[in-house]
Amino acid sequence: MSGTDLPVLLPAAQQLAERTRREREVGGPIPRLQARHGVWLAVILVFSAGAAGAQAGAEQESVLSIMLKWTPLLLKGFVFNLAISFLAMAGGTIVGALLGIWQISLLPPVRAGSWLVTQFFRNAPWLVLLFFCMFLLPFQVQIFGYVIPLPDWIKATFGLALPVMANVSEIVRGAIQSIPSGQWESSESLAFNRRQTLWQIIMPQCIKRMLPPWMNLYAILTMATVLASVVGVSEVMTLTGQVLSAEGGRTDLLVPFYSYILLWFFIYCYPIARWTVRLERHFAVKT
Amino acid sequence: MEAFFVWFQWLYDETGINLTYFYDAFDRGRMIGGFFTTIWLSVVCLFFSTIIGIVGAWLQGSRLIWTRRIVQGYIQFFRNTPPLVQMYFFFFALGNLLPQVKNEFGFMEPMLGNFTWAAISLSFFAGAFNVEIFRSGIEAVPESTREAAEALGYNRLQSYMYVVLPLAFRVCLPALNNNLVNLVKTTTLAYAIAVPELLYVSNQIWSDSVNVPEMMVTLLILYVALVGLLVWAMHRWEQAIRVPGYGI
Repeated sequence: MSGTDLPVLLPAAQQLAERTRREREVGGPIPRLQARHGVWLAVILVFSAGAAGAQAGAEQESVLSIMLKWTPLLLKGFVFNLAISFLAMAGGTIVGALLGIWQISLLPPVRAGSWLVTQFFRNAPWLVLLFFCMFLLPFQVQIFGYVIPLPDWIKATFGLALPVMANVSEIVRGAIQSIPSGQWESSESLAFNRRQTLWQIIMPQCIKRMLPPWMNLYAILTMATVLASVVGVSEVMTLTGQVLSAEGGRTDLLVPFYSYILLWFFIYCYPIARWTVRLERHFAVKT
Repeated sequence: MEAFFVWFQWLYDETGINLTYFYDAFDRGRMIGGFFTTIWLSVVCLFFSTIIGIVGAWLQGSRLIWTRRIVQGYIQFFRNTPPLVQMYFFFFALGNLLPQVKNEFGFMEPMLGNFTWAAISLSFFAGAFNVEIFRSGIEAVPESTREAAEALGYNRLQSYMYVVLPLAFRVCLPALNNNLVNLVKTTTLAYAIAVPELLYVSNQIWSDSVNVPEMMVTLLILYVALVGLLVWAMHRWEQAIRVPGYGI
């Protein structure tokens, strides 16, 4: 639905509608990172570390050396976060793509079923799904006599993969339905069957429409991995809390440490965000 | 009604499905309390975030550059940091700065409780999005429409009340709905600072009665029903008042 003969509203209305549509696709607000956010974080980090150092006096260890001392441990936690985000994204994408294609199936039960699953997991809060998987999945499963252990972080990955799956399903469905029906009709007239049309005509066009929202979803997921700290997975937030208590619960270290962690997230997410914006511009469909 | 509750006791004895919040009056009270705390928290945050949105949008139109910059900084901060971090910041950092007061039992306690802090942090979180939404909504109404209203004898307030705001609201509604749904989902984060909302009381109940699977399923169904109902109702409303040619 775009364009009208009656220009009653200024472009801001169309922009807002476009933004709303994009948010609906990924099921939440999309972070918009700019280079100056990173600069601000770095400034906060330097100033708070300086202030903490000045407060501590000479006899205590300097803030910088404390942070350097713990950096390897925290980095390990951060890599854990990234691993969770990769795995959840991979799993969610594979299952979600299938669900999305099933949502336009010609068989009513398949269509209705996949729609129901998609809506169910889209409407459930991430934290509740995380709790669900943390508490209900067993700590090990037995398949053909092999015992496969399921540590906490695997369960958290499952919990985060579920909402990703539902949102990917919505992205795929939205992309397929945004392709003009003329594409389907003309491929039919060229004797393509439904499967061929879908894989050879429609999907290649969908990829570029799906890529930006998919990357936005990844950015949201990466930020959501810290939720795993609420259920006690030893990822970077949990480790930071432990490091702070190991340092004797000094409140002046709170701001330096947390801004340090935020800066890592920023450095990781910023290039992705820039690239997504570029792709969005590049793939923008002219109407 | 009593027979209904007793049936669940029987269900537990027969099948082991332990739905304590049906047959145990104490758990029932907690569950209902938690459900209404979630709704109350959402309503309070909806109210205050709307006010923040309106005031912020008005301040963004200010002639003073620093006012605009401060509002912009506020939006950037709350849009780009995780809401969990914001909540911790409000509760642990700002909460500690406030003085302690004596409660009715003579104990010292923080001036603002955890519910208040959750409401404040979530209102600011949702408000940051509302500022931008209201701003675009008002920007979408062309000057000529305002002038036309003026030509028909409306004064400034009247043209705002009867022409600009209704149009702006219809433009804003889909975006506001996204924000509202997101807000209801985000209230679960209040769990982290021990606000007795749905997730938290469920946790208490399953800690007491060790009925984790039952409580988990209940929780999931309750949230999906709550959010699903909201999405459905809001979608109906959107469809009813959408401006032809614009929006989704």
